[in-house]
Parts: sequence; C-alpha cells; structure tokens
Amino acid sequence: MTLTTREARKTLRWSVIAGLVMVFTSAVGMMESFDDRLIIYPVLSLGYLMLFWIVPLAGFQATHLPRLEGIEPPGKGLSNVLIGALTGLGAGVILAVFVVVADRFDLREVFVSISPRLVRLLTFEDTLPGGLLATVLIPTLLGTAGGAFHLLRDNLGRRLVLALEWVLVVAILEGVVAQILRQIRLDALGERIYTQRALEWFAAVALFLAILPIPASRTGTNQVERIRQRLFSIDPAQRIRNSVVSAVVILVFLILLPQLLGSLLSEVLANVGLFLIMGLGLNIVVGLAGMLDLGYVAFFAVGAYTVAVLTSSLSPRFAPELSWWLALPVALLVSALSGVMIGTPVIRMRGDYLAIVTLGFGEIIRILFLSDWLSPIFGGAQGILDIPGIPLGVTRVSGISPESILYFAFAFVLIAAWVSWSLQHSRIGRAWNALREDETVAAAMGVNTVRAKLDAFIVGAILAGGAGALFAAKLGSVFPSSFELLVSIIILVVVIVGGMGNIVGVAVGAVVLIGILGGPNVPGLMAEFAEFKLLIYGALLIFMMLRRPEGLIPARARYRELHADEADQDAWLDKSIHPIQSRPSSSETTAEPDC
Amino acid sequence: MSEPTPIDQPVLELRNVHTHYGPVHVLKEVSLEIRPGQIVCLLGGNASGKTTTLKTILGMVSPTSGEVVIGGRIVNGLPTAEIVKLGVSMVPENRRLFNRMTVKENLEIGAYLRSGDTSEDLDRILKLFPVLEQRLTQRAGTLSGGEQQMVAVGRALMAQPKLLLMDEPSMGLAPILVTQNFEIIQQINQAGTTVLMVEQNARLALSIADYGYVLQTGRIVLNDTAQKLATNPEMRRAYLGEVD
Repeated sequence: MTLTTREARKTLRWSVIAGLVMVFTSAVGMMESFDDRLIIYPVLSLGYLMLFWIVPLAGFQATHLPRLEGIEPPGKGLSNVLIGALTGLGAGVILAVFVVVADRFDLREVFVSISPRLVRLLTFEDTLPGGLLATVLIPTLLGTAGGAFHLLRDNLGRRLVLALEWVLVVAILEGVVAQILRQIRLDALGERIYTQRALEWFAAVALFLAILPIPASRTGTNQVERIRQRLFSIDPAQRIRNSVVSAVVILVFLILLPQLLGSLLSEVLANVGLFLIMGLGLNIVVGLAGMLDLGYVAFFAVGAYTVAVLTSSLSPRFAPELSWWLALPVALLVSALSGVMIGTPVIRMRGDYLAIVTLGFGEIIRILFLSDWLSPIFGGAQGILDIPGIPLGVTRVSGISPESILYFAFAFVLIAAWVSWSLQHSRIGRAWNALREDETVAAAMGVNTVRAKLDAFIVGAILAGGAGALFAAKLGSVFPSSFELLVSIIILVVVIVGGMGNIVGVAVGAVVLIGILGGPNVPGLMAEFAEFKLLIYGALLIFMMLRRPEGLIPARARYRELHADEADQDAWLDKSIHPIQSRPSSSETTAEPDC
Repeated sequence: MSEPTPIDQPVLELRNVHTHYGPVHVLKEVSLEIRPGQIVCLLGGNASGKTTTLKTILGMVSPTSGEVVIGGRIVNGLPTAEIVKLGVSMVPENRRLFNRMTVKENLEIGAYLRSGDTSEDLDRILKLFPVLEQRLTQRAGTLSGGEQQMVAVGRALMAQPKLLLMDEPSMGLAPILVTQNFEIIQQINQAGTTVLMVEQNARLALSIADYGYVLQTGRIVLNDTAQKLATNPEMRRAYLGEVD
C-alpha cells in the first residue's frame, strides 16, 4: 500500500503539529506541573492528558476528508489506520528527539522547565519499560487509535467520544462532583470513586460503559439553529406557556443551586456571574453597536469605587457610610456619567482608532485611582477596605458567604440579560445593527449615529457599574490592581469565544472561560491551570478565530456572515446527497426495462 | 402676492452652495432647484462633485457657505437624522444594503424614523417589487444585483419620502436591469415622489428627467430642460459621446 502525495503531505503536517504541541507543552512546564494531579487513578495524570490529547486528534485529522458534493467519499480501510499510525509515529519521533536533546544538553538556563524530572516523565522511566521506545510507541498507538476511529460507524464513534468526554469531565472536575455528592449526602460514594482527587480506574470504566449506550446526537451550530427553529415554530400561546414553565423551573433551580454547590463552587459561580454581567454589557457595545471598546474595565472600576467610597467607613476623605442599596443607584448613575464622559470624545472614531483610544482611557481611569494625587479620596495603592456588604434585613450579605452573594449575582445577571434582550429587539437595537453594518447608510436612514453609539456606551457602562457595585460588596475592599487592562481583554475574549451578539453565547463563554479556567485574580474550577491560564486563553482565542470565528453559540447574523458559503453548501448537500444515497433503488428501476 | 404658493414652492433648493473637504474646494457656487413632482438629474463625469452634492443636501457634510433649503426651511448644519425627518431619503451609490441583515430588516430600517405600524408600507413596497416577497427572510447580501437594487429603493421608500435622492442608480447593473430600474423611478415619480438622480449615464437619465444640471469640477456649467439638454450641441459632444 502506498500513500499519495497528498496523503503523505497531510500525514507529515499533522505529525509535525502534534509533535510540536507535545514539545511545547513539555517545554513550558505544563506537563511537569500537571503531572502531580492524577485524574484517573492510578493510570492517567493531567500532565499526560495535556501532553497526549493532540495525538489521537492529529491521527484522526490526518485522514479526515471533507465531504464534497459530487465526489463519492473515498473508501475507509486500512489506509486510515496506517496514516494514523504514521502520524503518531512522526509525532513520537519529534518528542523523542526533544527528549534526547533535553537529556544531553542542559537547557535549563533558557528553558527553566526542561528538567531531569521532565525527561524521566517523558520516557516513562518510573512506570513503563522501554525508555525512549515508549516515548515513540505511545504516540504511535494513540495516532493509530485516532486513524482507526474512521472505521467506526458514525454513531458508535460519536458515542465513544461522548463517553470518553464524560469520564474526563467527571475525573477532572473532581472538586465539583465530590462537593455535589457531599451536599446530597452521598459522601460514601464520593470517597469510593475518588482517590487522591483522581477517579478510580474501575469507576472510570463503569462510567464509560454506562454512558456508551446513550445515543449521541450531532451537536454544533446546525443543532442550535434547529432548536431555535423548533422553538419559533410552536404557536405563540404554547410558547408563552412553555416559557412560563421553563422560567419557573429555572428559578427553582437557581434557588436550590447555591445550597447544592456549597461555598467554594458558589464563589466560582458568583465570579462567573460578575464576568457575565460585564460580558453582556460589552456585548452591547461590541457585538451590537460594533464599537471595539478595550477600556471597558473602567466602568467596572467606577462602579466598584463609587460603592466603596459611599459605604466604607475607611474611605479616606468622604465616608458617608451609606447603605449598599443607596450606593447602588449612585454607582449606576456615576458609571453612566463616566460612559458619557469617555464616550463623547471617542464616539466619532471608528474601528481600530476607537479601540486604541478606549484602551488609553481605561488605563487612565485605573491610574487615576492609583495616583497619589487622588489617594486622599481613593486610597491609592492601598485601596479602600472595610466595605460592609449588602444589608438584607437583619443579616449582611458579603463575600464571606458566597452562597448569598451568588443569589445577588443571579438577580443581576437576569436583569442584565433581560435588559440586553429587550434592547436588542427594540428600535435602538435595530439602529445598532444598522450602525454596525454601515454607519454612513445608517445615518442616511435617519439613525442619529452619535446618539445611538453613546446610548450603547452608556448601557454598557451601567451594566459594568452594576457588576462593580456587586464586586465591591463581595470582596469587601477595592484596589486599583483589580481593574487592570487584562480584565477588559478577558471580558472581550469571553464575548468573542462565546459568540458575539448573542446573550446565550456570552453566558456559555463566561461559564467555560471564567468558570472552568478562571478569570484574572479569580480562580476557576481547574485551579491547576492558574499559571497557564493566559496561555490557554490565547490558544483558545487563536483556535476560535481560525475555526469558529462566530463563537461557541453564534448570533445568527454573524454565523450567516462568516459561513454563508458553507450554509449554502450544506443546504445543497442536504438536498443532493440523499438522492445519491438512495440511488441503488432508482438504478434498479431504470434497469428493469433491460431485463 | 409674489409669495409662492405651496405647490410652486421648490421641494429642494441649493443657493450658492460651497462645500470643502478640508482645504479642498469641492462644490463651487452650486445652485439648483427642484419643484414638486419633477425628476431632476445631476450629470457629470468622475469627481465632478455629484455625490458631494447629495451628501451636502443630506447634511452628511455641511456647506461652507450658501443655503440648502428643503420645503422652504434652511437646513444648513442640521444633523442628517433631522433632514431625513423632513422627508428626504437616499438610495446610496452601489446600493449599500445591510448585507448581514435580512431583506425585511433592511426595509424596516428604512422606516426607522417613523413610529407606528409600517406593515402597510411594507405591503406597498412588495406590490412594487413582488419578487421580494419570497426573499424577505433572506440575507440581503445573497440577493442578485437587480434584487438588491429593489431592496435599496424599497428601503428608501419605506420612509415615505417627499424627495428621493438616487446616487448612480445604473451603476453595476446589467443593461436590462438598468432600463427596468429607470422604469421604476418613473413609476415612483408618478406616484408623487420628487426625484433627484445623480447619474453618469446621461442619455438614459435625460430620457426620463424633466430637468437637468451638469456639474463640472464642482461647478454647474449647464442647466436646462432635459429635452433641450439632450439636443444641446456642447452637451452632445461632452457627455453623450457624439461627434457631429
């Protein structure tokens, strides 16, 4: 059996990609530092997962051919397995070369993470025989598995992946699962299936086998669109009834959730909530009105500092020690005003220039809070401490009990989502859409462009200000360092990865990025990633820009724009591929006269 | 006595309008007048200031001196939205639809400044362009050139304008569509909308217009009824491509 040039090139390409990803993961120290965290006891550590995940994927991709209209899909067979194996082999060889180099030469002066221990881990010295041979062989096996995946029937393949995903999720999110089990008084089960924070291998196998029979449906954008269409095809009365029922269900769920999660997870989720509120605000500015604002954190800071000054007893100059409830409207108002102040001068700029100028303004606000000049009011680098939290009846809600803060976060998120939803579907929402598409023509249609842009800025500022007010009450103190440029960028990443212009998308983005990876100064569920958080953010952003620029859950307009050709092609295929598949029967009928 | 009756009052008048882009003098002493029910065309070659004239009328650039008068009111310096409110809408050059929005959303934006129910206007537009009926939920960018032109015209008409400004309606369209387009302009005009059309295709424009102005490097060099312009020897040589 020989490979065509095209296949050879593809094999080479994917083995290099997989090999370099493995080398990179090792060299930046991810492999070594994640090795301490076992995820499936005693066989798999997070380090090895981070190291090898790319290989089966590369093996799969190397033999993956897109479905082309009019061309019969090539037969699947041994060649898929062979190419997968070659891809894995190539990747393994690259890794082995790296191991040899790392072993022979002392590279630690430049690459601090390339340590003897790393070499031991990569050659499986403590676990497997064979040394370097194992380094090559294991990727080869994984690549083979990836290539062999093509031989499975579609449905079985999807089910295998789903089961595998579930096992990994349950294993990696040990903290969450164990906590939930504890809350529902199943501690015994939790202790039985987890050892040293890792899922026991028999539990993993059991879970895998339990999930395997569940039929997996195709997911993806088509699915989202299909659900959307099904929702909109139901008659309105039914739809209202459905939405009332689902609203009640969601509400009950939200009320029970913090109790179920316990304080650690509530804390994480509250942070997700804060970023989600800001994400929704920025989504209005960037996603709807199309203005790239890189200084969005400024409004968050203004909201937080306003509440701090008004409620804290330690506010340096002016300390009225108001209740949080009185400070909140003031904070929203001040944020709105700062929205006007920052917005007015920059509003006539477009695109890149706007981004640069807002970035500057965002930094100016932070530096003002940090400055000596204003430190008599805002406390400079020491910030403002002793913010009393939210008085509620006889108690006081603050970050000390994350569960109760979570309720506030939920309420704020619901309000923010409602505000953005109704604005999006109102006249001003239409104006924003037009503005984003073509400012000049929007003006010619009678849209007051300056006004509409300023409105977007103000709404965004108010939402961020609200998040800031909640943040101050939650943390009990504010410091300028909480409002760095990075926060603006992370919020933007949340919006982009989730799906710009789409409320559900922003929510998914916030949960995935802030909840799982963690935000700036904020731990996520996978605390292990802390050091590598930004690296993963960056990688994710690049991947999304290349492969799914519309985000995880895209807004329809963006999806249409970015995938118009594919959507047309899909529509074509749906119509034309099915007849091809049913051709045998039609050829029978045409063959009849001959007989 | 000499006060003009509302019927005679020009829908639009430019009085000695000068417009600059930065230091560059683009429009030089442009004066023109459009009476109700007319089709007026503004002819001229590239860079003669045709589009700038439209932009000046709509307030997208403000004139450095002179007056733009719409319905008897001086509108210099008013924001575009206010001028659109006075009943002026534009079909921009190259159509410039909101490509990612659906046809229906495009049309609705046209009626942005009008409050209340616009479904009647939508019906009216669909009667004028029946093809668009099936296209309403389609992304505007996926339409053919001719259909896009219909949406662009429909979008402008949604505002129920008194004066319709058209920037190069023939640009980028197949000859048969151009003819169709001009028939539609006539139809719209007969329904009571005054039209100011900027066009490079002088022959075609003059065939449906009542009156014409010729711009050359920002200055009006000729103006006359369309019939006379079409037979004007200077005009024929310079713009109609005829050598006597």
